[in-house]
Amino acid sequence: MSGGVDSSVAAALLKEQGFDVVGMMLRLWSEQGRDDSNRCCAPESVALARRVAAQLEIPFYVVDAKDAFRATVVQAFLDGYGRGETPNPCLQCNRKIRWTLLLEHALALGAELMATGHYARLEPDPRGKLRLLRARDLAKDQSYVLHVLNQDQLRRAVFPLGDRSKTEVRRLAALRSLPTATRHDSQDLCFLAGDDYRHFLRRNRPEMLVPGTIVDLQGQVLGEHAGLANYTIGQRKGLQVHSQAPMYVVRKEIAANRLVVGTQVELGAGSLMAADVNWLAGEPMPGPFRAQVKTRYTATEKPALVTPLDEGGWVRIAFDQQQRDITPGQAAVFYVGEAVLGGGIIQ
Amino acid sequence: MTHSIYLDHAATTPVDKRVLAAMQPYFAEAFGNPASVHQYGQQAEGAVEAARETVAAVLNCSSREIIFTSCGTESDNLAIRGAAYSARERTQANRILTSRAEHHAVTKTAGQLAQHQGFAVEWLEMDEYGRTQPLAVRDALGPDCALVSVMYSNNEIGTINPVCEIAAECRVHGIPMHTDAVQAAAYLPLDVDALGIDLMSLGGHKFYGPKGVGALYVRQGTRLMPSQTGGSQESGLRAGTHNVPLVVGFAKALELAQQERAQRTAHVTSLRDHIIGTVLEQIPDSCLTGSPDTRSPNHASFAFKDVDGNLLLILLDAAGFACSSGSACKTGDPEPSEVLTALGLARPWSLGSLRVTVGKDTAAVEVDTFLRGLPQLVEKARALRHDQS
Repeated sequence: MSGGVDSSVAAALLKEQGFDVVGMMLRLWSEQGRDDSNRCCAPESVALARRVAAQLEIPFYVVDAKDAFRATVVQAFLDGYGRGETPNPCLQCNRKIRWTLLLEHALALGAELMATGHYARLEPDPRGKLRLLRARDLAKDQSYVLHVLNQDQLRRAVFPLGDRSKTEVRRLAALRSLPTATRHDSQDLCFLAGDDYRHFLRRNRPEMLVPGTIVDLQGQVLGEHAGLANYTIGQRKGLQVHSQAPMYVVRKEIAANRLVVGTQVELGAGSLMAADVNWLAGEPMPGPFRAQVKTRYTATEKPALVTPLDEGGWVRIAFDQQQRDITPGQAAVFYVGEAVLGGGIIQ
Repeated sequence: MTHSIYLDHAATTPVDKRVLAAMQPYFAEAFGNPASVHQYGQQAEGAVEAARETVAAVLNCSSREIIFTSCGTESDNLAIRGAAYSARERTQANRILTSRAEHHAVTKTAGQLAQHQGFAVEWLEMDEYGRTQPLAVRDALGPDCALVSVMYSNNEIGTINPVCEIAAECRVHGIPMHTDAVQAAAYLPLDVDALGIDLMSLGGHKFYGPKGVGALYVRQGTRLMPSQTGGSQESGLRAGTHNVPLVVGFAKALELAQQERAQRTAHVTSLRDHIIGTVLEQIPDSCLTGSPDTRSPNHASFAFKDVDGNLLLILLDAAGFACSSGSACKTGDPEPSEVLTALGLARPWSLGSLRVTVGKDTAAVEVDTFLRGLPQLVEKARALRHDQS
């Protein structure tokens, strides 16, 4: 439970379906001395989650994961930027916190299953394995961030909201007078506490915000950048360059602290390599296959050919069309039909 | 709520049926305001005064020396703030002697007086059981002392302080002595002359009375500056309309506690000793916190190495056992308690504290069930902590 409307409704639905439900919340990490703490475990969020639990008459426990969260999720976030990547910490949280640490605690309490308010669906395939499917509400679909789960975790998972739309969920919350019914969703990273990620980096990785030169693909200096962490691949806004054509961030060179920019044509990449691939079925596809690929949580899917390499630990993804926002550190997640087949980290 | 075994009597106790029966008439039948002139008021006042007399009889003091409050915390606040201001006004005394083992109602109050009101707080030395030694008090006493506050028995670690000896030291110097007897009242004798103290705090819900009511014993001649001002209730020391049913309940519960003290104490002591013996024997890397021989009759408290105390409570609750600890916090951010830290307990131990307090109605079979379940739950907590690192 997070103190948000989605997890509240998920809990309510399960209770009504006759499950023995226990509410759990994670105490995560936020910087010391910041006025606004991690939204996911700010006192206000805990109080709301606790009230929902009391209203639903289910036990409620808060589990401490502060140190683990700092050491895994936050550290990976900082290290990723340090390498010039744009990491997605929610993926790391799902890998290392929610579906491992939290799941272990849930099982230790005697739970058989762990439910969340994620918008995604599960379906058994003919061989008895579980498939992870997109939610019915495509605008809210969160299957992208769940691509990191394995079959054991999927077998323990329940997603009560997979078939519902967000509008429906809010209505269900209102009908039950849940105190979270009108709470608005946060779009920011939880541990930033509403702060800009650049301020966070400035406090924790100041070297990522050291100004340097902007060059084009031929190495010609075009201007100055305000620190590599301020930019992401495909970005056009905020580039202080003198040029005729609009310029886009093509790549970051950490060692030289240089930002390489190019024209739209130069930006386009036809393919990417992804590593640390997780295959939902538990084993890689035997050969190349066509899929729809999302390269960011907010991206639309693009048709591509996915080729497993190195016994499936890596894949090469060749897009039908040039793509503009292939960003190292983000995940490339491949869908066939409604199902997530797998995903890996863009190199 | 699914029925679980309650082992947290130090936190609160259920209201005894007889107490509830005694309170009942004063909600909607004999509902008058004791301050009113008319018969409704007279009836209510009669009940409050009868309750006061009952409490005075238990404490072996005069009715005039009993003040009713809303809880033990309010009694502590009134005693400490009231005595401190009063003493300073009369003699310029501004030093308060107390211990870090005290309940927050004492330490935070003393702390506020020091931080914002120009008082000085001196923290008395404790031994390894959290006990304040009379000699430490004697060495610290002086004419600039406004007040000494040392609790009767400690809520976290169960240690009983040598209150009589400390009170004797204070008497020599003419310094008022306060004791927080909130935890002690359930099982320990409360004769104020035997104890020799000048101020004593009590809270109803610790001895099968209702929540929301407490009392403060104020020895004749001990001056207090009132905190809650308004009407003239409680000899002007604590304004506010009496919560008549709660006051009646408080007195009834205290009376029963005294009448049944011997059998209740025998019952809980044997359960306590069984718990302590079994836990120390069966659970590796466990220790008893607080004094092994001068401790509260119903109180067992432990520290387990490399255990997240908050997590252990959650595992216990999920398994059907309600306990508490000194380091748990509902928001899940555990910091070790000041008491355990002040005792010098190392962090891997002090984060893993557990308090088990039985009551007059705790059945032996409940304790056995708990003792059968605890070892694997401690193991689970240890295993989960290990996985995290």
